[in-house]
Amino acid sequence: MSDSNRPVLEVENLHTVIATQRGTFDVVDQVSFRLEAGETLGIVGESGSGKSMTGLSLLGLVPKPAASVVGGRVLLDGEDLRSKSEAELRQVRGRKISMILQDPQTSLNPAFTIGNQLLEALQVHERDSRQSLRQRAIQALRQVRVAAPERRVHDYPHQMSGGMKQRVVGAIAISCAPRVIIADEPTTSLDVTIQAQYLKLLEDLQRETGLALIFITHDFGIVARICQHLLVMYAGRIVEAGPVREIFNRPSHPYTRALLASVPTVERKVDRLPSIEGQPPPLHDLPKGCRFAPRCGFAETRCHEAYPGHSAGRSGHPRHIVNCWRAEEI
Amino acid sequence: MSKFFLVRFSEAIVALWAITVIVFALTHLSGSPVDALLPDDATPEQAQMLIEEWGLDRPLLVQYFTFLGNVLQGDFGDSLKWRGQTAMGVVLDHLPATLQLGSFAVLIGVVVAVPLGVLAAARKNSAIDTSANVLALLGQSIPNFWLGIILVWLFGVTLGWLPTSGRGGFSHMILPAIAMSWFQIAALTRLTRSAMLDVLDAEYIKLARIKGLGERAVVWKHALRNAAIVPLTYFGVLAGSILTGSVVIETVFAWPGIGWLAIEAIRGRDYPVVQSVVVVFAVIYILANLLVDLLYAYVDPRIRR
Repeated sequence: MSDSNRPVLEVENLHTVIATQRGTFDVVDQVSFRLEAGETLGIVGESGSGKSMTGLSLLGLVPKPAASVVGGRVLLDGEDLRSKSEAELRQVRGRKISMILQDPQTSLNPAFTIGNQLLEALQVHERDSRQSLRQRAIQALRQVRVAAPERRVHDYPHQMSGGMKQRVVGAIAISCAPRVIIADEPTTSLDVTIQAQYLKLLEDLQRETGLALIFITHDFGIVARICQHLLVMYAGRIVEAGPVREIFNRPSHPYTRALLASVPTVERKVDRLPSIEGQPPPLHDLPKGCRFAPRCGFAETRCHEAYPGHSAGRSGHPRHIVNCWRAEEI
Repeated sequence: MSKFFLVRFSEAIVALWAITVIVFALTHLSGSPVDALLPDDATPEQAQMLIEEWGLDRPLLVQYFTFLGNVLQGDFGDSLKWRGQTAMGVVLDHLPATLQLGSFAVLIGVVVAVPLGVLAAARKNSAIDTSANVLALLGQSIPNFWLGIILVWLFGVTLGWLPTSGRGGFSHMILPAIAMSWFQIAALTRLTRSAMLDVLDAEYIKLARIKGLGERAVVWKHALRNAAIVPLTYFGVLAGSILTGSVVIETVFAWPGIGWLAIEAIRGRDYPVVQSVVVVFAVIYILANLLVDLLYAYVDPRIRR
């Protein structure tokens, strides 16, 4: 996991817009990051901050026709996905990069058995006999610790629990052994014990297969537990990025600090959790300068006038960056 | 599966029984059949004789059970208009013509409307979508008897391409079947389109795309299979509209089916035949809905238990 490794995924200035009746707006703007094999990158931010859109943009699956990826590069193993045709992208989806969606209750098709849905994921990409693909489907279920997978393949989604369904979704994601999996809040709708099991499962899979994971969440507990790197997003942009430990120890953006301050801990007893005043700006009315400025206690004139460029984070770590005019002073 | 089927089957039986009660009651509401049957100058003695012969002086309940017993054996008495034939016999003679025309009309409806609705939803706001909307609007605003007459005038009379009436070869079926399926295509297209639009937003559609599936598999396999419930439900209604539609269309095209027969029997005050037609209509309708329920279970595994 040293910096000299060639990254599996390298994203540069990803730019996604959404067209509405009021005009065209940026939902993902100037997002760049890199990810190495076996690494886990967390993306945190409030609802609407562009986390999920970032994930979908990587796959070229933003909701059409309203949204479209208009700029940037997405280098997966050195190949630019952005320059690929839709047909070529289909070859990549599921095989080299996959995604786990948020709600296991709705992400499996109720009309088909889970065996059928797993087999289909394999059939799209692999030329092999039905029999051996079937064995691989069962193997994938075994990998996500589904008991008695030979029998389970005949089950329909409604015959399984939420946690079990999310395992199946995981099995679909790993079935073709992709290099990268984007997990979009995969544990949000699971209860806490199942959540812990699922995280453990993802970690195990990562160790077994060396896949790189992008974990979209708003739960800092999860970030602390499984991520090595972190992106903090606000209103479509990255406000702070870097190694998790550095950001947790020395949060450099006022937004990150506010987010961390609102996380309850066992040691720190408070009556009422601090919250961030105000609302994220609406897409159609983004501030001209720093997008967090209207809610920021440290904002001054220049914050309202121009968007700050990258600067080094307070930890001094080479990969710790922050987009704040006053990062050094505060 | 078996429990689901058992429940639906009992429901069908209950519905059929209710139909017999209604048919029996309607006959009695329409006045004494004796008055309709005897000439105006018949004596009260003659009337009394007929009443006793037919058991019309017995309690209503007894009469009903006699009726029910006969119905169960398919016996609705003899036709008054078509002398020498049983009422049910007359109806069964004409049934194949109606079934032939009706199933052809349903076939046209499904083959045109479902793909059109699917494509309209998959390419929302495209030229296909707009045409489908226009077609649906026309279909729902043009009455089928009027369309039937226009079709006869255009293709039968003016162009002379197709026969205008009667039952014969395949060419005889084309115009009445189009007239019959016209409205259904409109309704079915709209239903399919809106059901597809709902389903295409689902998370499992997103997951299918994430797997790397092509649009064709996403739309025709994953989405249609789930959206199919809605047009399928309409299929039960469709069977009904084929029957009611057959009364009008068969008359316009002089198609010798049971719809045409119903009108003829009503004109001739042939009550036994009218009763038989009503019961046969009811049976077809109920069977169609039973079939729909079974198809539900096939389409949606969650219903099977």
